[in-house]
Amino acid sequence: MKLSEKELEIVEILEKDSRIQTEDLAKMVNLSTEETEVAIKKLEEQKIIVKYISVIDWSKVEDHTGVTAMIDVKVTPQRGVGFNEIAERIYRFKEVDSVYLMSGTYDLSVVIEGKSMNEIANFVSQKLSTLDTVISTTTHFILKKYKHDGTIFEQSDEDKRIVVSP
Amino acid sequence: MKTKTSYLSKKAQELKPSGIRRFFDLAAGMEGVISLGVGEPDFVTPWSVREAAITSIEQGYTSYSANAGLLELREEIAAYMNRQFHVAYSPKSEIIVTVGASQAIDIAMRAILDPGDEVIVIEPCFVSYAPMVDLAGGVPVTVQTLKENDFKILPSQLKEVITPRTKAIMLCSPNNPTGSMLNKKELEDLAAVAEKYDLLVIADEIYAELVYDEKYTSLAAIKGMRERTILISGFSKGFAMTGWRLGFVCAPEELTQAMLKIHQYAIMCAPTMAQFAAIDALQNGRSDVEDMVKSYRRRRNFIVQSFNEIGLSCHTPGGAFYAFPSIESTGLTSDQFAERLLKEESVAVVPGNVFGESGEGHIRCSYATSLEQIQEAIKRIKRFIDKLN
Repeated sequence: MKLSEKELEIVEILEKDSRIQTEDLAKMVNLSTEETEVAIKKLEEQKIIVKYISVIDWSKVEDHTGVTAMIDVKVTPQRGVGFNEIAERIYRFKEVDSVYLMSGTYDLSVVIEGKSMNEIANFVSQKLSTLDTVISTTTHFILKKYKHDGTIFEQSDEDKRIVVSP
Repeated sequence: MKTKTSYLSKKAQELKPSGIRRFFDLAAGMEGVISLGVGEPDFVTPWSVREAAITSIEQGYTSYSANAGLLELREEIAAYMNRQFHVAYSPKSEIIVTVGASQAIDIAMRAILDPGDEVIVIEPCFVSYAPMVDLAGGVPVTVQTLKENDFKILPSQLKEVITPRTKAIMLCSPNNPTGSMLNKKELEDLAAVAEKYDLLVIADEIYAELVYDEKYTSLAAIKGMRERTILISGFSKGFAMTGWRLGFVCAPEELTQAMLKIHQYAIMCAPTMAQFAAIDALQNGRSDVEDMVKSYRRRRNFIVQSFNEIGLSCHTPGGAFYAFPSIESTGLTSDQFAERLLKEESVAVVPGNVFGESGEGHIRCSYATSLEQIQEAIKRIKRFIDKLN
């Protein structure tokens, strides 16, 4: 779908801050609030804006035991449907966060969130590896998130500039 | 012993401290100040650029460079100016890398001025131009751009102040503090005046990267102007590199070589590590610059509309990162407005009169600060104005 310049601006801004007030967003792109509302609605209907989520630093939450793993999956593509069918069979599991088809030494990259390493181990051994077309899996656990979707978790927003300058 | 001050030169004694200094002192001691008074980007230098400087230090490139700057950097500057602004300069003989654009202005003035020579300084403008003309022995002749002309200089205004002693016009577009930018047609009109009276133009194009509506035209790209332009630019604003102190000047060889003599005696060369950083900025910084421009444009749209909404009439600046709203409706002078706003609402802005006579009745507000800070500042300014009525 081809977006207009204004629509493109709107999605770029919302991608960075989905909670921005529509009036403020409207001012930034030089549209009226109504025009901006209409544009956002259209983008939502077109599923270009898929949903609005927050980036949470779970490591700050006490007693949070979640773990994230990235799993490299090699599969045998199927005649007629290629990788799509197996990808779908994998992404339908609610534990699965993302699934990407990759170039390189393996085929699918699967990101999965679980409560514990054990839970992920069970998922890999019982659900993922047992799928017919899956040839092999390599599981990497994430030890620490430094930057996620463009957001640096531990960053000071201290303004280092002098207060008034020419 | 004589009194200490009696050792001082007349020039140093007579030099007035910048009006900005007073506001810096006022604001510096205060807590919780939201500053729209900052004349530099709110972005940190792109990491790739910082990393290049660190690497150069690790590899031991810590000695002097050639007086005019690393040849590799001058070649990158030549290619960049050609690519971006369609002006051609020889890296070997027509480009000098300087300590910020400020030093470029200094050597330009010192290279062209004899005692009594006049330079037309178009105000409101950056606070250093007139003092630098003065320090170089010249006479600054100020001319005021007006709000009704969107703070753009008219050829007729220039003609009124040209005398037989006029040697050059000092031009800054996009302008600090008004954000006004001359388009191609307006530059051609100015060029016609320069040609008719055989004047040089010192073009401070430090904000050339930060333009939001029209395509930028460099004065040197106007027909016939390359020969009479001393083009000054740098890395501070476009590439968010203010603290590195790195600028450059491009001019025809005869002018450049004279500036180089002054530069080599006064400065030797610009800092080498900053030059390595600048090479990276030119090679890899394009997408960073484009992202920053997008971000400034959005904040500009926001702040200009917000000022107009709260009753401070504000023209839309074509470039730089300053809004220059009128505060005349409040009945206060720029100085009173800025001082009371700082004391009563802890918002720092710069009174327009420090940039020149016709800046009176305006305040300079930099939108190179986060949207949240701008929103909060607008809220406080509105509260301040409401209280006045």
